[in-house]
Amino acid sequence: MLTSRSKKPVVLAVSSGGGHWVQMRRLVPAFQGAEVHFATTDASAADVIDPTRLHVYPDANKETPLRLALCVLRIAWIVFLLRPQVVVSTGAAGGFLAIRLARLIGARTMFIDSIANARKLSVSAQLSMGVADRVLSQWPGVADLTGAEYRGAVI
Amino acid sequence: MIFATVGTQLPFDRLLLGLDTWAANNPHLSILAQSGVSESQFSHIRTVSHMGQAAFQEHFEQARLIVGHAGMGTILCAAELGKPVILMPRRAEFGEHRNDHQQDTADEMSRLSNVTVAADQQALHRALDQAVASDFNVATASAADEADTLAPLIETIRDFVWAPERAEPQRRFLLRRKLA
Repeated sequence: MLTSRSKKPVVLAVSSGGGHWVQMRRLVPAFQGAEVHFATTDASAADVIDPTRLHVYPDANKETPLRLALCVLRIAWIVFLLRPQVVVSTGAAGGFLAIRLARLIGARTMFIDSIANARKLSVSAQLSMGVADRVLSQWPGVADLTGAEYRGAVI
Repeated sequence: MIFATVGTQLPFDRLLLGLDTWAANNPHLSILAQSGVSESQFSHIRTVSHMGQAAFQEHFEQARLIVGHAGMGTILCAAELGKPVILMPRRAEFGEHRNDHQQDTADEMSRLSNVTVAADQQALHRALDQAVASDFNVATASAADEADTLAPLIETIRDFVWAPERAEPQRRFLLRRKLA
């Protein structure tokens, strides 16, 4: 187990449902060859993802504090149990939380802001700026203004 | 068949009611809407509050026209499947979203050949009439354009996944905390 781990990185791909999830699905080829697990808010993702590699957490944002607390606990559980070497998120709040928690176990972390944020970074991306190893915007103009990187986009 | 989707987080009755009134004048067309948390009643369109990803995908594939809020999920699915899509951006002033970023998304995405943006119900009716008049024909987005942006992003992530392990991550973390 230990030897296979060192060869094949464990990746945790975290995204909220809806558009964040659709964007994550477009990026799946990037994880080829790695042991990739998905964490998302919509349990029906099991329709399209191997359920043994799927981890569901409650959807929350800064206006739903109770659910946010549950979300923190659930994501902490996922991160500390899985101990990924790499965490990649396409947002939103859950992605930032996973990155913040994954830093505690030394994982490499990347936050890719949703392509929906065409004029400025999302709050989650701004919070990730001081925490994640890499923060990417999918818009060159936003990257220039904020210090995020532009490396391409899902469309 | 027309498939409408407004996501699942906040109601978006401006779109659904606009579609419903248009449907009243176009009874020969079958319209299904994934209506989210709306509490309104609709007489001329069928609604399902929430559907699983498999069912969503199926309806999306079968539809000849997509009508949706300006969410990236809607836009990306439409681009992938080459479907014409009419987008109505959610507006914060009507309590349809927490902010107006869907307006920005719609402005940027209106460059795609399969996208029509409708700011209000009148514009939505015009766009629907136009889609019917052209028998839902649409030029699809160019695959070449897409490879230009998606491929380097995937390459960047792959390099990141396979990068060598960071040396002494715990210490770096502690150092950061002290500096903060």
